[in-house]
Amino acid sequence: MSEPAPATNYLNWNYSIRSWLLTTDHKRIGLLYLMGVTFFFAIGGLMASLFRMELATPAGNLVTADTYNKLFTLHGVVMIFFFLVPSVPGVLGNFVLPIMIGAKDVAFPRLNLASWYVYIIGGCITLYVAVTGGLDTGWTFYTPYSSTYANTKVITAALGVFITGFSSILTGLNFIVTTHKLRAPGMTWMRLPLFVWAIYATSLIMVLATPVLAITIALIAIERATGIGIFDPAIGGDPVLFQHMFWFYSHPAVYIMILPSMGVMSELIACFCRRRIFGYSFVAASSLAIAIIGFFVWGHHLFVSTQSPYAGMVFSFLSFLVAIPSAVKAFNWTATMYKSSVSWQTPMVYAMGFMGLFLIGGLTGLFLANLAVDIHLHDTYFVVAHFHYIMVGGALMGYLGGLHYWWPKITGKLYPEWWGKFSALTVFIGFNLTFMPQFVLGFMGMPRRYYSYPVEWQALNVLSSAGATILGVGYLIPMIYLIWSLKNGKPAPANPWGAKGLEWTTPSPPPMHNFEQTPIVTEEAYAYGNEGHGHG
Amino acid sequence: MADSHGPLAHHFDSLEQQYESARLGMWTFLITEVMMFGGLFLGYVVYRTKYPDLFVAGSHHLDITLGAFNTVVLIVSSLTMAMAVHAAQEGRRARIIGYLWLTLLLGGTFLGVKVVEYSHKFHDHLIPGAHFQWHGAGDPVGPIQLFFGYYFLMTGLHAVHMIIGAGLLLWLIRLASKNRFSAEFFTPVEMVGLYWHFVDIVWIFLFPLLYLIGRHG
Repeated sequence: MSEPAPATNYLNWNYSIRSWLLTTDHKRIGLLYLMGVTFFFAIGGLMASLFRMELATPAGNLVTADTYNKLFTLHGVVMIFFFLVPSVPGVLGNFVLPIMIGAKDVAFPRLNLASWYVYIIGGCITLYVAVTGGLDTGWTFYTPYSSTYANTKVITAALGVFITGFSSILTGLNFIVTTHKLRAPGMTWMRLPLFVWAIYATSLIMVLATPVLAITIALIAIERATGIGIFDPAIGGDPVLFQHMFWFYSHPAVYIMILPSMGVMSELIACFCRRRIFGYSFVAASSLAIAIIGFFVWGHHLFVSTQSPYAGMVFSFLSFLVAIPSAVKAFNWTATMYKSSVSWQTPMVYAMGFMGLFLIGGLTGLFLANLAVDIHLHDTYFVVAHFHYIMVGGALMGYLGGLHYWWPKITGKLYPEWWGKFSALTVFIGFNLTFMPQFVLGFMGMPRRYYSYPVEWQALNVLSSAGATILGVGYLIPMIYLIWSLKNGKPAPANPWGAKGLEWTTPSPPPMHNFEQTPIVTEEAYAYGNEGHGHG
Repeated sequence: MADSHGPLAHHFDSLEQQYESARLGMWTFLITEVMMFGGLFLGYVVYRTKYPDLFVAGSHHLDITLGAFNTVVLIVSSLTMAMAVHAAQEGRRARIIGYLWLTLLLGGTFLGVKVVEYSHKFHDHLIPGAHFQWHGAGDPVGPIQLFFGYYFLMTGLHAVHMIIGAGLLLWLIRLASKNRFSAEFFTPVEMVGLYWHFVDIVWIFLFPLLYLIGRHG
C-alpha cells in the first residue's frame, strides 16, 4: 500500500474528449454520470429556489399560477428521474461496484456507455420541454388531466421520461449480471460489501418496475396523440388504472432512490467505527426484503382514489411491513456504533445526518400508511415534507457522504476536511429548517401545489424558504471545494481512511483495469479485527 | 460482442464466463420485456372484464384465418431459429446462414400478413380516432374503440419487436458470413434466438386473447 502510485491511471492515460465520450471504462462512465447528475441537480434546485421564493409571501406575486405549476412539475421530474434515480447507482455504483467485487469492469461496458447516452438524450428532451412551454401535470402525470386537459408539452415530456427509463433498466441489468458473474475468486455472496447488496437489490427493482413506467407513460402519450380513451372516463377508460400502473413503478422507485444510499451508509459506518456491520446478513437480506415488499405497497397512494377499503387495509398493512427491514438497518447501524470509537470525518457526519433525517422520514411515513390519518394528510405539505426527508434527507445525504468517502479514490485528491464538515452541518441545519415547518403546515391543512396560501401560514413558510436558502448554500460549498480539490487538493494515498474493501487496495486513482492482478479474497467484508482503534 | 481482438472481451477471464454473463443478461432483459408487455395485458384484462360483450363484438372483426396462419408461421420460425442455434453450436456456417434466412423469411411473412390485416381495419374504419365507425346498434363507441386500441397497441408493440428481431437476424447473417461463429463462440446466435422465441411466445398469448376468446361461447 505504501508503494507509489503508477504513472498511468484511468484519468491520465488519455486526455482527449473522444477518449471520454467513447469510453467503456466503468470509472470514466461514473464520472460522466457525475457531471450529468450534478447538472440536473442544479437545474432542479434552481426551480425549487424559485418557488420557495414565491411561497415567502401568501399572495401569488412572483410568478403566475401557471408558471408555478410548471416549476414544481419540472422540479419533481428533473430531481426524480434525472438526479435521484441515477445518482448513487450511476456515479458511485458505476465507479466502485466493479472494484469492490474485484472485477475489471461491468459485464457489458458498451451497454453501460449506452445507458449514459440514453440518460443524456432523455435529459435533453426534458430540458427542451422546460424551455419551450413546460409541463404542468405534476411529476405524477395524473390522468385525465395529463391525458385530456393539460395544454403543456405532455407528449414530449413523456418521451423524455420514457427514454431515460431505459437508462435505468440497462444500468440495473448490468449490475445484476456483474454481481452474479464477475466476482473475484473467493468473493462469495456473504463476503460482498453491503453497498453491493444494496445496489443489487436496487437493480432488481429497476429491471422489474421501470418497464411498467415506460409502458404507462407511453400510454399517456398515445392517448393524447390518438384519442384512444385508455384513461378517459368520458369514452370508457379508467383514470384510476393509470394511478395503479404509475405507482406500481413509482413506489418501488422510492426504494430505487433510498436503497443505494442505505448501502453507502453501511460502508461509512463500518469504516468510521472500525467495526464489521452488526448483523451483516440481516442488513444484506433487509435490502432484498425492502425491494420485494416495496412492490406490494403501491395502493397506499390510492387511499382516497376510489380504491376499495379492503384493498386499502391490505396496502396499509403491507406499508407498515416495509418499516421492519428499514428498522433492521437503522438498529444494526446503531448497534455497530455502540461503544465503538467513532472518527468524525466528513462522510461520517453526513452518515449521521442520514440517520437523523431518515428516521424522521421513515416514522412520518407510518402516519401516512395509516388509513384514517392519511385522509387528513393526503396531498398536504405533510406528504411533501415526509418524502423530502426520505429522498433528500436520506438519499441525498447518503450520496454526498459516499461522494466524499470515495472522492480520494475517484480523483486521487483529498478535499479540505474542515469545509467538508461545515457543508455537512449546513446541509443538515438548512434541511431541517426547510422541511420541519412543512410537517406543521401540512398538519394544519396546507395543500400541496398551490402558489398562494392564507396569511396565517406565512411565518412557517418564511422559515421554510429561509431554510431552503441555507440548504442551497450547503450544496454549493461542496461543489466549490470539491472542484477546487481537483487542482489544489493534497494527493490521496491508496487508503486514506484505513478502510477495508478491495477498492482501497488499489492505487488512487485506480489503474485502467482497476487491479494489476485479479485479487483473491480470503476474508469477510469489514474484517477490521483489532487493528483499528477502539474495539468494544 | 466479438471485436478485433477475437471473441473474448478484455474484462472476462474465459469464454465460458462471457457466455454465462450474456445469457443471464438476456434473460434479465426478457424479464423486463415481460413487465413491459404486462402493462398492456393488465389494461386489456381490466377493460375486457369491464366490457365483456363489447370486447367479444370487437373480436368478431378480427380475421381468424389470417391470425391462425400467422401463428403457424411464427411457430415454424421458432423451429428454424432453434435449428440455426443448433447449427451454430456445431459451427456449421452454411447451415447457420440458411436457417437464419429462413427465419427472416417467415418473420417477414408474418409482418406482411399483419400489414394486410391492418389495412383491412383501415378500410373498415376500425382505427380508433376521428374516423372510427361502428355499426352495432346501441353499442357505446368508446369501449369498442378501447378494444381496437388495445388490439393495435399490443400487436403493434409485438410487430415493433418483430422488426427489431429481423434487424438482429440480418446482423447475425452478416457476422456468420464473416465466419465469426464457431463451436466455441456462438453466443450472439443463441441470444437472438432467446429473443426471437420470446417474441413468438408473446404472440401465442395475443392470438387467443384478441381473436379467439368468447367468439364461439
